[in-house]
Amino acid sequence: MALTERPQRTTNGRKPDGRRAHRSYLSYIDKSREYYAAHGYPQPYQWAYSHEVAFAPLPKPLSECTVGLVTTSFFEKGREPAGVPAARPKQPYAARCDDALAGLYNSDLFWDKDNTHTEDLDTYLPINRLREFEAEGRIGALSERFYGIPTDYSHRRTQRNDSPRIEEWMREDGVDVAFLVPL
Amino acid sequence: MCHQTIGLIARHLEEAGIPTVVAGSARDIVEECGVARFVFTDFPLGNPTGKPGDADMQRAIVSTGLELLEHAWMPRTTVQTPFVWDADDNDGWRDHFMRVDDSNRAALAAAGEARRRDQAAAKSDGRARTS
Repeated sequence: MALTERPQRTTNGRKPDGRRAHRSYLSYIDKSREYYAAHGYPQPYQWAYSHEVAFAPLPKPLSECTVGLVTTSFFEKGREPAGVPAARPKQPYAARCDDALAGLYNSDLFWDKDNTHTEDLDTYLPINRLREFEAEGRIGALSERFYGIPTDYSHRRTQRNDSPRIEEWMREDGVDVAFLVPL
Repeated sequence: MCHQTIGLIARHLEEAGIPTVVAGSARDIVEECGVARFVFTDFPLGNPTGKPGDADMQRAIVSTGLELLEHAWMPRTTVQTPFVWDADDNDGWRDHFMRVDDSNRAALAAAGEARRRDQAAAKSDGRARTS
């Protein structure tokens, strides 16, 4: 894949490069306001905003770090591996990466189902790609377990309940850095 | 919503001293939430770490995340990968997603009603947190 790949033709009457009256990438915050109003929700959703952002430096070379993957995808209801709680109601979970290789269930999540699919695990949970980097010595290891967090409208449940639980599992597994992939 | 949830847990982990990198496709949600390191790929939601079947692209995106972990020196570091979803019509998927116009307004209103009924039923039988 050439790093300079870019669209060459005019699309929908707009030039791929040049001048535009709007940003090119989608604003999901803007789109969702109109979209959910059309669904009959009178109050726009209040998205998380923070000015201050913490920054933890890498504690040691990446080649010595254990990487933990975090996903918003879950196992299909009734097909959870042993030790993973039932996927309904959703709650945070830790599961062996090996148990996810056949793919996770994404039909109940909100993504662009008209334009793509999630049949290739590494498009949203790059276990195989990270294992390749582990084999090459680029990272120390991929943690044997990955971690699932429920998509939740409540900021508070994510912050107070779910995030600390996943931090706890990461510490149990000796995870040094987190690679997080939202669908 | 997935992107906000991941942004919130990334913030929690950073505050707890665990470095993080987020790889995603909803730039505004992640940047508003505020994370330390973000790899943005301008794709339809669903494949934030590369196109299906394109292992080279997936490696490049994941590798960019690893490089950010190694080299970012301050929070809110966003890197946009060079990949393009559709070189012939890269506005088509953008225009189509979450579209609201006269052709679908009634259907969206009906879908909203159905969702509220489902949520009420879920709440009454203890399945409140389906997303």
